[in-house]
Amino acid sequence: MTLAFDFLLALSLLWSGWRTLAAPRLDRAIVLFIVFGLLMSLAWARLSAPDIGLAEAAIGAGLTGALLLDAYGVLRRRRAEP
Amino acid sequence: MVVGLVVTLALAFVFLMAGAMLELGPAAIDLRAPVAAHLADSGVSHPVTAVLLNYRGYDTLLEIAVLLLALLAILAVVGESPASPSHAAHPVLQTLGRLATPLMIVVATYLLWAGAFRPGGAFQAGAVLAAAAVLLHLVGLLPGWSTPGLRLRIGLAAGFALFLAVAAALLTQGSLLQYPPAAAGALILLIESGLTVSLALILAGLFLFLSREEGA
Repeated sequence: MTLAFDFLLALSLLWSGWRTLAAPRLDRAIVLFIVFGLLMSLAWARLSAPDIGLAEAAIGAGLTGALLLDAYGVLRRRRAEP
Repeated sequence: MVVGLVVTLALAFVFLMAGAMLELGPAAIDLRAPVAAHLADSGVSHPVTAVLLNYRGYDTLLEIAVLLLALLAILAVVGESPASPSHAAHPVLQTLGRLATPLMIVVATYLLWAGAFRPGGAFQAGAVLAAAAVLLHLVGLLPGWSTPGLRLRIGLAAGFALFLAVAAALLTQGSLLQYPPAAAGALILLIESGLTVSLALILAGLFLFLSREEGA
């Protein structure tokens, strides 16, 4: 059972990583990056490193994701202005 | 033709890496036993916190210094410009922000306290606090920061300064950041509290100082 979960987790990590890089739209790529970060923190927890998992969820997915979303918002507003 | 070659090379590389991973031997240095043996003297009962703040405290000291330096670089690059007024978001989002922020502060405090005996610690707590500030900024309740005033400057540097002060006060113990076992727990909690405040301000500052020039 856990082996199936780990296998699924590894597959979805690879899939979300690939989708993040290949997404044609920036907003989708950012959301997929956040998904990747959350899956990554799950993977750290499964590797019995919950400390790194917490840091990854808070900094990697949360803060970096918010920074990227904000940057996207600025880009879109700048494009709309002129 | 070229695509096929690239795919073949990439696949070969993947298999090579996977093979290398499978052949990894046991680590040359195993520090788990010494860490566990001295855990009682470290002042905390969670091995990761013991390593980060006691055995290798100077790593953490330099880490907070690097983060502070990164923020100073951003301040130097952004220069002086007035904070742009934040535009209010949808009322539902604002209410959600108001509801989530107290919860996030509670979670951050818990993470800081829990760091002594289970996963948690100053970095995670600081990141959660910074995320709360970013959330408030995104829903328009917290304006972007302009040139930092005295209080903000003190807050940004407090964690590093406190850590340095403890390190300087303990120099008589023999080596850098060698805590006396009786006071280690209290000292680590003191340092972590300072680190949490400064990390929250620094990480939020990466966001809030940069966001002010979007109107320009």
